[in-house]
Amino acid sequence: MFRTPGSYDPYMSDPAIRLEQVTKVFPGGDGAAVNDLTLEMPSGQLTILVGPSGCGKTTTLRMINRLIEPTSGRIIVDGRDVASVEAHELRRGIGYVIQQVGLFGHRTVGDNIATVPRLLGWDDARIDARIDELMQLVSLDPGLVNRYPGELSGGQQQRVGVARALAADPPVLLMDEPFGAVDPIVRERLQDELVALQSRLHKTIVFVTHDVDEAIKLGDRVVLMNIGGVVEQAAPPAELLARPASDFVKQFIGARRGLRRLSLIKVTDVDLEQREGSALRLSPHDTLLDALDAMLRDHVNEADVHDDGRYIGTLTMERISSEVR
Amino acid sequence: MKEPFIRWNWISGHLGEIGARTVQHLELTGIAVGVGFVIAMSLSILALRRRWTYSPITWFTGILYTIPSIALFALLVPITGLTILTAEIGLVSYTLLILIRNIVAGIDGVPAATRDAAVAMGYRPWRMFFEIELPLATPVIIAGLRIATVTTVGLVTLTALIGQGGYGYFINDGLRRFFNTPLFVGAALSVALAVALDVALVLVERALTPWRR
Repeated sequence: MFRTPGSYDPYMSDPAIRLEQVTKVFPGGDGAAVNDLTLEMPSGQLTILVGPSGCGKTTTLRMINRLIEPTSGRIIVDGRDVASVEAHELRRGIGYVIQQVGLFGHRTVGDNIATVPRLLGWDDARIDARIDELMQLVSLDPGLVNRYPGELSGGQQQRVGVARALAADPPVLLMDEPFGAVDPIVRERLQDELVALQSRLHKTIVFVTHDVDEAIKLGDRVVLMNIGGVVEQAAPPAELLARPASDFVKQFIGARRGLRRLSLIKVTDVDLEQREGSALRLSPHDTLLDALDAMLRDHVNEADVHDDGRYIGTLTMERISSEVR
Repeated sequence: MKEPFIRWNWISGHLGEIGARTVQHLELTGIAVGVGFVIAMSLSILALRRRWTYSPITWFTGILYTIPSIALFALLVPITGLTILTAEIGLVSYTLLILIRNIVAGIDGVPAATRDAAVAMGYRPWRMFFEIELPLATPVIIAGLRIATVTTVGLVTLTALIGQGGYGYFINDGLRRFFNTPLFVGAALSVALAVALDVALVLVERALTPWRR
């Protein structure tokens, strides 16, 4: 196949989603909602779009499955220009989860989950098996399968929303503030479950939020947007915290940048010293923030990291403070 | 002997005719609400798809609704005669405004997030209308059908003036002969039929909306 050097070849692409100079101007809107945005969402990774209201993050998300059509530019999903596919065909291959969940109130939990498989014409046996599988995947009690959404709690409804989005096993999942409407405890559990789910499924997820903590906790990559769909910085969360690219980024991330950074680093990620002897013990799963917390509580300056009783090394307070910078 | 208020033996002597008039009353009502519903649904879909048509549609059906029924029948008789068609043109006209308002309000009442999710799942407009929007609007639509049905049962009695009428035939007969019994029987049966059909529609709604229990 003929290729000019430097040209973009969709079939060689690594990113699952690529936005090329995408602009969206709403009729009667105040300037462009998204302006000349070029962005890649790597395959199998969770990309966060975060920013203040009016930054175009939701508009950007909704252009990917053509709920909003861009004014100009191209969007490529899995090597195909989305404009070249029938919108409804495209959408059946892209999972979609929103804050208000939008479950179909007249359909049971099972029938809600079965939505896209039915649209795709799967047979009943395959659909039933898939419903069971998904109920388990999102930790829903199988006894709820014949209930109606109105009978469920907010957290349960959003689990059904996630199961419905995953039903036809789409490679791409779009999530628009999915955990924004549930209480903090449920939100944290749903976030943890999404991380666990993603470590098994490796979907390409685009996740919109205005919550920096959520962005840092969930994102493989965080795209911080400013008003008008301008990308201020796109980087893994640790890098965003360590090297904010602008004052806007610094300001948006807010205070406790150092502590937030510590929460992203595991004790085994840093250089440990070899001098066993501290009374305080840490496990390899602990983060530097966990370690700091334990050291402060125990009034000690170092702690030994043990993996199943085997000594790995010693973490010092100095090492922690050098990571904060 | 003084004339009794109700002559019970008149009732027992006219059971066959009461049965026949019941069937006629049900037919006139059923056709009116059925045809009215089909027309109202078509106009509602038009109004929902092309929003600017909603205002003229409600304006036109609103005018139909305000025409006095006796005047409407009088206007139609020279054209369509003393027929069931004349009766139904009038009866159907009166159902439209109520039905269209409720159908449109019911569909508009579907939460935006539900519609958004349906579109994002890959629903196309017609399938979404029948599988998502219409079922969710059912309670409001049936509320409209109940009002339209009860109103129509009452209006059917007036079609006795053009030779139709169901129970209206008894009312008309009683009025002409200053004879209370058929007048009251006709009125009482008309009320009873309205109540019975209303209850039936409540049961239909319950059967169609299991998620609301």
